[in-house]
Amino acid sequence: MSHAKYSVINTHVHNIDGVAKVTGRATYTFDVKLPGMLYGKILRSPHPHAKIINIDTTRAMELSGVKIVVTGKDTLGIKQGIWRRYEELCDEQVLPLEKVRYIGEPVAAVAAVTEEIAEMALDLIDVEYEVLPAVYEPLEAIKKEAPTIHEGVERNVNVTRHIEWGDVDEAFEEADYIREDWFKCSGQAHMCMETRAAVSSFTPEGKLTCYASTQSAYYTQGLLAGVLGLREGDVRVLAPYVGGGFGGKFELDAAMFCSAVMSMKLFKPVKVVFTREEDFIASKRRTPMFYYVRTGIKKDGTFCARESRMFSNGGAYTGMGATALYLSGFFHSFPYKWRGYRYDGYRVYTNTLPSTSMRGFGAPQAMFCSEQQIDWICADLGLDPFEVRRKNGHTEGYEVPGQAFIASCGLEQCINEIEKWVKSKGKMPPNRGIGISSCGFMSGGIFNWFDSPYSFSSAVITINVDGTCELHVGCQDIGQGSNTTMAIIAAETLGVKVEDIRVHSGDTAHCPADLGAWGSRQTLMAGNAVKMACEDAKKQLLEFAYAEMGINIVYDLDIKDRWAHIVARPERGMPYGDLVKKALRAKDGQRIMGRGYYTPHRKGMISPAYSYMMQAVDAEVDPETGKIKIHEVMTAHDCGQPINQLGLVGQLEGAASMALGYAYLEDMPFEDGKLMNPNLVDYKVIKAPEMPEAGIIEIDTYEPEGPYGAKEAGEGLTNPTAAALGNAIYNAMGIQMKELPITPERVLKALREKKEAQK
Amino acid sequence: MEKQVLRFKVNGDEYEVYIHPKTLLAEVIRDHLGLTGTKRGCDTVSCGACTVNVNGFSVKSCSVLAVQCEGMEVTTVEGLEKNGKLSPMQRAFLDNGSYQCGFCTPGMLMSATAFVSEAKNPTKDEMKESIEGNTCRCTGYNSIVRAIEAVTQGKYKEE
Repeated sequence: MSHAKYSVINTHVHNIDGVAKVTGRATYTFDVKLPGMLYGKILRSPHPHAKIINIDTTRAMELSGVKIVVTGKDTLGIKQGIWRRYEELCDEQVLPLEKVRYIGEPVAAVAAVTEEIAEMALDLIDVEYEVLPAVYEPLEAIKKEAPTIHEGVERNVNVTRHIEWGDVDEAFEEADYIREDWFKCSGQAHMCMETRAAVSSFTPEGKLTCYASTQSAYYTQGLLAGVLGLREGDVRVLAPYVGGGFGGKFELDAAMFCSAVMSMKLFKPVKVVFTREEDFIASKRRTPMFYYVRTGIKKDGTFCARESRMFSNGGAYTGMGATALYLSGFFHSFPYKWRGYRYDGYRVYTNTLPSTSMRGFGAPQAMFCSEQQIDWICADLGLDPFEVRRKNGHTEGYEVPGQAFIASCGLEQCINEIEKWVKSKGKMPPNRGIGISSCGFMSGGIFNWFDSPYSFSSAVITINVDGTCELHVGCQDIGQGSNTTMAIIAAETLGVKVEDIRVHSGDTAHCPADLGAWGSRQTLMAGNAVKMACEDAKKQLLEFAYAEMGINIVYDLDIKDRWAHIVARPERGMPYGDLVKKALRAKDGQRIMGRGYYTPHRKGMISPAYSYMMQAVDAEVDPETGKIKIHEVMTAHDCGQPINQLGLVGQLEGAASMALGYAYLEDMPFEDGKLMNPNLVDYKVIKAPEMPEAGIIEIDTYEPEGPYGAKEAGEGLTNPTAAALGNAIYNAMGIQMKELPITPERVLKALREKKEAQK
Repeated sequence: MEKQVLRFKVNGDEYEVYIHPKTLLAEVIRDHLGLTGTKRGCDTVSCGACTVNVNGFSVKSCSVLAVQCEGMEVTTVEGLEKNGKLSPMQRAFLDNGSYQCGFCTPGMLMSATAFVSEAKNPTKDEMKESIEGNTCRCTGYNSIVRAIEAVTQGKYKEE
């Protein structure tokens, strides 16, 4: 349903930073080296829960080459958090004053002339702890007798979230069949290739510059200013190239904070880079969740009601975990129409690595439970899983009561396409099956817990005399290609070519504020801001063109492919380059400048628009070893109008690899609060040989709220995979996998249990 | 251990550096020569972000001591491009969108380049195995394999 022929949108475009990236020119925070720069290292707690009695830094300070050692006492001691509007959720001192709450928590930091000396100095810091009883699991930590992790927080319940619509109890009464299940969903490391890194430089004028590996330069600026007692405008955050984020890089981290604190004391640049081990043990993770799910359904397959309770392992601090708690509960209802829906989520503090947002934002966990249970219900009642999903699925114009309005929805076409694909595969050989799962996801969150006074997204475009453009945006390119997306939208709107647009991003001193790269928000929100800015600039050009061309005012003018022309008579016009030169002269030499912004209004509680998809996973189980082989993944996907062909395929394949890792390889086992696999030998991510073909069928829809009809792509596709794999294994072996990841041990255990039950 | 002099060639240029014998090749490339295209992503020789080419072999530069490279020829990602012309593999990466955040890309390119210079009619599985030692968290590898396939099929010539 593309409403217009586009010149740039959805054509084959190289990423605008591609050459920099394939030639080694792209410079990351990890590569930044400033004159006179010192190297910082962080001392971390070996205890999961302990009072800090005393920290003696004397011996470390005496080591030659050491310039400073700081502890919590050298900071303002401000408790910070990204949920800035809510004081009680700002619960983390990056260098704590009184106690540590997880193994790996920072307690002191050193800056020295070399990294080796800084490392040696860590061993010379003497910390006296009083070890306290600790608790690691949410279902333990919520008990009355559990140790208190944060003073005044009863039963360690950090945040709760209740979502409800319809008369749930009445809807359950109408059900012919009710099924209840418990699920356990694991954590997952973001495992960005570039570990957390920051270089801070504070100068005698009282201004701080911080290069940071961040998903939001603006959030980093605001958070740093808050904890350092500086004005936001006196903090400049530069995020050059960012080596991945995946939801783990938009809170304040210890690299940013410790480098800044030490630089402010020394007036010298300080660089802190996490080792891979530090990145595993102390940079947060996907939220582990326990889900109780009760679903009521009629004999004919109509969904009546669902009631779920979820307990998440929050770890030691809030971070973005509060948002994951909400979104998990909302997307747990997706993408279906429930007469009654009730969710109660409890985020519980424990003495483990804090959990937070990660690609999918709580939805992969929610879908693992929901989409498997739906298949089991279908099997219990002899219903067709495709038909049941079609019957109950969201449709265009549906309103999730009190929550969301669905303006575009290609779910039914997604289901039809995957059904066709699955049927074309025919009967599977023994121990092999295909599983399906559908879902949807948001195109940016409507919430503003950060309390930003700025528009959610902003853009400024300036046209140079030769027609080239400087596009300033605050959205953050972390590898997902948002700079290219913005260049495409700008080129399409202005009627020029992608190579005419130079994108400036990742610098709070030059770019407008933008909430950054999270919750799949940038294509829709920053994209709308860019479109508006370019329309503004184009209007100024066309006003001049009307006068210059002396045409009847009833004609419409437009610019396409660098040609300003009458829409009805495209051959009549003038070159864009000439138009810019003349317009500039007519404006007394002022450059043409367009401004745009976007803040969602009256778009419900969650998001202005939702993507939809269905995925099928073809997998085989070795009944002897329990090992899983993934043969193929196929997805039918509705992201509205695709903007960047290559980028879209890359995002969707990448989502499949990360979601498959979550489904059957990646695990974060803790023993007494200690992560047992904090390295890339023992923590298994997907490598090339395990990665299956991951095909995409694009479903054509048009999202009225999105720029050129576009909506979310790339994050939502981490949601269905674990469930689809679970369903594939169920179809292959008849076993129900209720715990993630689906490891060979768990498969073998389920096979044994099945055998015993049959006896 | 006393510092010593290392003489070797990097991207065709002769270098002489005075280093501690325990210095890793990755450290010399990045910290002494300032060639930051080569990345580092782990402490366990696992991720391959630091892959370079030493005398024709693809090597993880965090796994060798720099002094072991005395008299040898090292190529890093900066050496793939000649006079502003990108190599076939670099162009194939661009056309196939075989990178996202770009942090693994230099190492990935070095492994892939070494592979195609040796491989004759490789199968898809062999192409996948050639980058088994390189972790990419963004792309899911398939676009990288498509680039390797395109180069092995002769779709890209040296310019």
